[in-house]
This record gives sequence, C-alpha cells and structure tokens, in this order.
Amino acid sequence: MKFSGLIFANLFRKKIRLALTIGSFAVALFLFAFLSVVRDAFNRGADIASADRLFVINRTSIINPIPLSYRDKMLRIPGVRMATHDNWFGGIYQDEKNFFPQFVIDPENQRQVYPELIVSDEEWKQFVNDRQGAIVGVRTAQRFGWKIGDRIPIKTTIWGAGNWEFNIDGFYHGKRPQDDETQFWFQWDYFEEHVPDTLKGQVGWYVVRVDTPDDAVRVAKSIDAEFANSPFETKTETESAFAASWVKQFGNIRFLILSIGTVVFFTLLLVTGNTMAISVRERTSELAVFKAIGFSDRMVLFFVLAESLAIALIGGLAGLLLAFLAIPVLANALNGMLPQLVLAPSMFVVGFATALAVGLASGLLPGLGAMRLQIVNALRRV
Amino acid sequence: MPGFAGKLLFGLALTIAATFVLLIVVGLLAGLLAPFLGSVPISYNFRSIRARWTSTIVAVLGIAGTVGVFVAMLSLANGFKATLVASGSPGNALILRAGSPTEMMGGVTLDSVRVVQDAPGVARDSSGPLVTQEVVGVMPFPLITTGTDANVQVRGVSSNVLRIRTFAKIAEGRMFQPGLSEIVVGRNASRTYSGLTLGNSVQFGGGHWQVVGIFDAGGSAFDSEIWCDAKLLNEILKRPDNIFQSVTVHLASPQTFQQFKDAIVSDPRMNVDVTREIDYYAKQSTTMTRLITVLGGLVAAIMAIGAVFGALNTMYSAIAERGREIATMRALGFSSSNVILSFLFEALSISFVGGILGCLAVLPLNGLETNTMNFQTFANVAFAFKITFDLLLVGIVFALVMGVLGGILPAIRAATRPVAVALREL
Repeated sequence: MKFSGLIFANLFRKKIRLALTIGSFAVALFLFAFLSVVRDAFNRGADIASADRLFVINRTSIINPIPLSYRDKMLRIPGVRMATHDNWFGGIYQDEKNFFPQFVIDPENQRQVYPELIVSDEEWKQFVNDRQGAIVGVRTAQRFGWKIGDRIPIKTTIWGAGNWEFNIDGFYHGKRPQDDETQFWFQWDYFEEHVPDTLKGQVGWYVVRVDTPDDAVRVAKSIDAEFANSPFETKTETESAFAASWVKQFGNIRFLILSIGTVVFFTLLLVTGNTMAISVRERTSELAVFKAIGFSDRMVLFFVLAESLAIALIGGLAGLLLAFLAIPVLANALNGMLPQLVLAPSMFVVGFATALAVGLASGLLPGLGAMRLQIVNALRRV
Repeated sequence: MPGFAGKLLFGLALTIAATFVLLIVVGLLAGLLAPFLGSVPISYNFRSIRARWTSTIVAVLGIAGTVGVFVAMLSLANGFKATLVASGSPGNALILRAGSPTEMMGGVTLDSVRVVQDAPGVARDSSGPLVTQEVVGVMPFPLITTGTDANVQVRGVSSNVLRIRTFAKIAEGRMFQPGLSEIVVGRNASRTYSGLTLGNSVQFGGGHWQVVGIFDAGGSAFDSEIWCDAKLLNEILKRPDNIFQSVTVHLASPQTFQQFKDAIVSDPRMNVDVTREIDYYAKQSTTMTRLITVLGGLVAAIMAIGAVFGALNTMYSAIAERGREIATMRALGFSSSNVILSFLFEALSISFVGGILGCLAVLPLNGLETNTMNFQTFANVAFAFKITFDLLLVGIVFALVMGVLGGILPAIRAATRPVAVALREL
C-alpha cells in the first residue's frame, strides 16, 4: 500500500481520460446487469416453479376448459394431496395497456397450494366473506395506487360482456423476490353466478399438490390416464416442465437479445482496454526512469496492473450502483410486458468479478510491454 | 401551483433539449462541410488517421458495434410488425363480435354471417359471396428446435378461403376437402414444428389429420398457421354449433369498405365491429413490437453512451499526442475555427466509416428467420429480420451524431490551447 500515493497520482494525471474510462467501464457493467435481469425475467416461470405442484390443462388446447366435475375424481387419485382450480379472466381495466393477470380462484384451497403467496389472515377472512371481494398482488396495487376498500371495475371480453365490479379486500406479497406479485384474484362462486349458462362449470386449469415431489411424474401420468378417452382429455405436467416449455416458446428472442448484448459488452471492453494501453504507451519514458532508479521489472508490471485494476474497480462499482438505482425505474416502464425485473445478489458478484477480470486483462499486455522495456531504448524516445 | 411550476420546468427542459439538438445539427453540418468551409487540408486528417491506426480502428469498431446493434434490434421489431401487417389486405374487412380485442374471444352467429353475405360492397364470384367464417384456436405442437410444445394457431376456414386471402397460394399438394380430416399447413409452420410435412398424418384434438398441402401466405402471420375445415374444428374445440369467431370478407374494392361497414353496423340484428383487416393485424403486433423496440432501444442507448465515451477518449488522446502539430498549424496562420472544423471532420469521418461498417455487418441478418409467441394471441409466429433502406439511413445518422458528440469538445479544446504552451511540450 505504500505505493498507493504513486498509483493515484498517475491515475489523476489526465482527469478527463480517467473519467471517460471509468465511465466506459460503468456503462459496460450497467449493460451486463440489465441483460442479466432481462434474461432472468424471461426464465422466471421455470425458476419459481415448485417441485410438488402439477399443472393440469386440456390436452387438445390450452384454451379449452376442463369440467369442474373432474375435481372429485382427481382428489381420489393416490398421491394427490389437494387440488385447486382456476380460470383466466383476462379482462380489461380501463385500457388494454393496463394489463395484469386476473384469476378466478378457489378460496378454499388457494393458500395451501400456493403457500409462498402470503395474505394476512384478517384480510383473507374479509375476502372470503365478501362475494365480490378481490385480493391483489402488491405490485399491481402499487402500480394503480389501489387501497383496501376501493371498488374496481373490470371489463370482460371472454366471459360474456360488460363490466364486473370488485371490492379490494386485501393484498398478497410473495415470500421470495422473484415471486409474481401482480395477480388479481376473485371468487369462483361470484364468477359462476355471473357467467353465461353455456360457460358454467368450466375450469381453465387445475393445480394439484402432490404428497412428495418424487411422486410427481407418476401422479401426472395417473391423472391423464384417468381422463383419457373422455370428452375432455387432460395433459398434466410438473409446474417446472410447464414453465420451461412456455419459456422455450420465446426461446429465440431471448437468445438473440443476449447474443447481441454480448457483442455489445465485448465491444465496450475492447474500447476501454485500448485506452489503458494508450495511457501506458504515453508514459514509456517515465517507466524507464523508474527502472533506472532501481524498481524491478516486476514492480513496473505491478504499477500498470494496479492502475488498470483501480479503474476497473471504480468503474465496475459505479456501473453496478447505477444498475441498482436505475433498473427498478426501468422495470416500471416495462410493466405488464415482462415479468418483474429482479436484481439478484449473485449478479452483482459475477459482474464485479468480470470487471476485475477485464481490468486485469486490459492492463496485462501493456504491463508486460512495460516490464520488458530496455531502459536505454525507452529513454531514447523523447 | 404545481401546474404552473410543472409547465415551467417542462418548457425549460424542452428549450434545453432543442438547443442541444440544434448544436448537434450545426456540428454535423459544419463537420461534413468542413473542407468547403475552410479547415486545415483534409489530407492532414487522413495522414494522422493512418499514423495512429490502432486507436482509430478501436474507435471505428466501437461505433460500428453500436450502430450494428441498433439496426439489428430495430430490424427485429420491424420484421415482426411487417409479418403481422402483411397478414392484412386492404381489400378485406374483418368482422368480430363487438368489443372483442382479438379473434379468439369473438362470437359471430351463422345468422349474422348470412347478413354479411348479403351486404353491399361484398365481392362475389361464381361460387357466391366471398366470405369466410372462421374458428381459431391454439393447439400444442412440438418445436423442431427444442422438442417441447409450442402453441400453434389452428384456423378453421371455409373452403373458398383462398379466393378471399388472395395472397395465399397452395405451394405443394392441394387444398383440403370440406368435411374431411385434412389440413393445409403454412410454410413457416411446416419448418418450425415437427411432423407437419406433406403426406404426413398428425394427431390433435383427439383425431388423426392428413397433411394434404403446404401453402405460402406471402410472409404473413398466416404462414405460421394450420388451416382446416371450420365445422370440424368447432366440434373439436367443443364450441356451440354455428358460432364462429370471425368473418373475413373480400370487398368488391377497398373503397367499398365504408359502404359495407355502414350497412352492417346499422343493422339492429348485428352486434359486431367491422375493421379493415390491415388495421386489425397492425394492432395485434403492438405489444411484442413495443417490447422489442423498448428493450432494443435501451441496449442501443446504453451502448451509444459507451461508444461516445470511447470516441471521446480516442479524440482526446489524439489531440494530446498531436499538441505540437496543432500549435504549429496555428502558428502558421490557421485560425481556431479552422482547427475545430478539421477535428470535427476527422471525428465524423471515423464515425461515418464505423456506421457503414456496422450496417454492413448486420446486413447478412436480413431475412434471418426466428419465431416467438405473440403475447396478444398466445400463438407462435415465425418472422424474419427486416432491414430497410431507411433503417440503415437512421443507423448512419446515429453514427454521425455519436461522432459529433465525441468530436466537438476535444476539437474546441485543441483550438483553444495557447500556442506557445503547446509548442513548448515535449
């Protein structure tokens, strides 16, 4: 550390260049953070899927219903601990752009099947007793500034026509930062009362909780076997398989964005590496003087590396800090288009390590050049 | 009053932004016209570039990379939109149940279809009114690339559909026969999902279907669809008999749209929306297009900042190294403005080359196919990168703007350092 004064003095010789190089590093790291977050958002479903939950949908088409009457038969299959049924309401709140997922849920089983989505007991009780009640995820509530007691009109396009109104009785939040906190839940009974007769008694999908995750595949097959050759054949998958194949449908876009992002990242790093090389080249005669007064070759290498690492450190931290502050703001801009953007601690660690690695790499070549300088030749260059 | 303060702030921001834009435009014009406006001879610039070619190449690459990414992302969004817009023909009208945002949620009765068939403005030929009443659904088919299922749009159509969607033609095989378990498959669908080849038999909806034809729908979203008989599909989807989800009409001419629409909408029996097919499909693409554009724009913006930093760094280093040359020139009699113009010109040349390089690098992507799920319809759509001339133009302008931003400050700095000080430097 006794050379820190020297290193800093060297760094601050050309302040503008220092600022620009740190800026380039910061930009590269910000981009890295942004792309990681977007990639995670695309992967989200697969990440949060639970090992002991199964999704049961209609085999012919995901948009075809399954009868409510199948529920009892499903519960009798060995290995099934409990089941809940849902429908996709898909209504519009004021404007199509205000999209958030609305589900018709079965209040009796919802919380046991989804224990990671937490509602206070008091609010849940109020919801259960209120036929027109609704529970909303905290992110959607924040987005629209809703409070308990608000009356929300939602227009339906799938289930008949007209405006349905709900009272907000409570909010849910997720246990983990990646859990989906944008859903809007309301009561199955209210739904059944108000849909046209032709659409009654139809479930969009079932979610089944199995006794043990190891049993999941066997139970899935048993469920499908039970309803094979019936007018509504089922397709049962573990939640993670369902989410994974859903994500794969976006597959290519994700790959394209990420490969483009990688190109971008490396281009930026090339630019910063070159700048460090320039600054070392400029100081050839000074480095020669260091050697002449007695510093060893390795010390000279150390000086160069220390400088480039310092720039990488500061630039990397700045970029990651910027990401930490700016990405939540960006997430709001992308509301409804992507699952929520979450900053994972691991991303910061990887980003920081990458920055240091690049700092090292960009300082290495010029440093080795400096190390091998022959004093006589270097001093001759004036 | 927050209203007044808000307006004041907005006015201020607008003025600053406008000034900024004006400065950039002035810088651009000055730099591009520099040789004519009297700068240092441009041979000096080119020789300097050659002397310091490694740094120049890095700056060029930085700009090329940014422009390339920018054009690539915009062409991705462009391609998606183009595919969907191509699906609509200005000579067709689409009828959906009133208030339905998409076909899937619609419901038009057979009686309504009959009213449509008799309406004015509808084209007719020997087979009768050119009207197709359709049923749509999504069904899982395995992707060739991953083996996992993706939702494919399956459309039940009337047998005269090819006379209404005139841009669609059977490329191989033949059209299906009404009432039979036969399907025709769009070109893209055949390439994206396994098993959809001519003569093959596939299973869906609890039955076996024979692929009797492959159709080419001119690069529209229909290329990713499977078509079959509407009545059969209705049964499989267990929908009520004689209710369709949409009706597509071939108009006698695009001008008869208004007449047709008025006749339909004023009929009290009809509870439907009538839109031009082309408007409907443009709307179907908005969510995905917006997502790709926003994400792509963000990446390009971030990259641009990095590239400008890189360019600034290169230019500042160049000026530092050439301090004595600049001082010499000024001692010889070139004015500050000559020097500024010279450096602006150099920065713009570098960024222009970078821009061209970036555009050339992404040109091979044009027509590259990919697919994704359209959020609005849940169905998978295949589309391709679409690079148009004006997109490339925007890319070049973007590069030049970066050049101005990266060149103007260093140029001013070069021109204002005292000559005696600069000459004294070793």
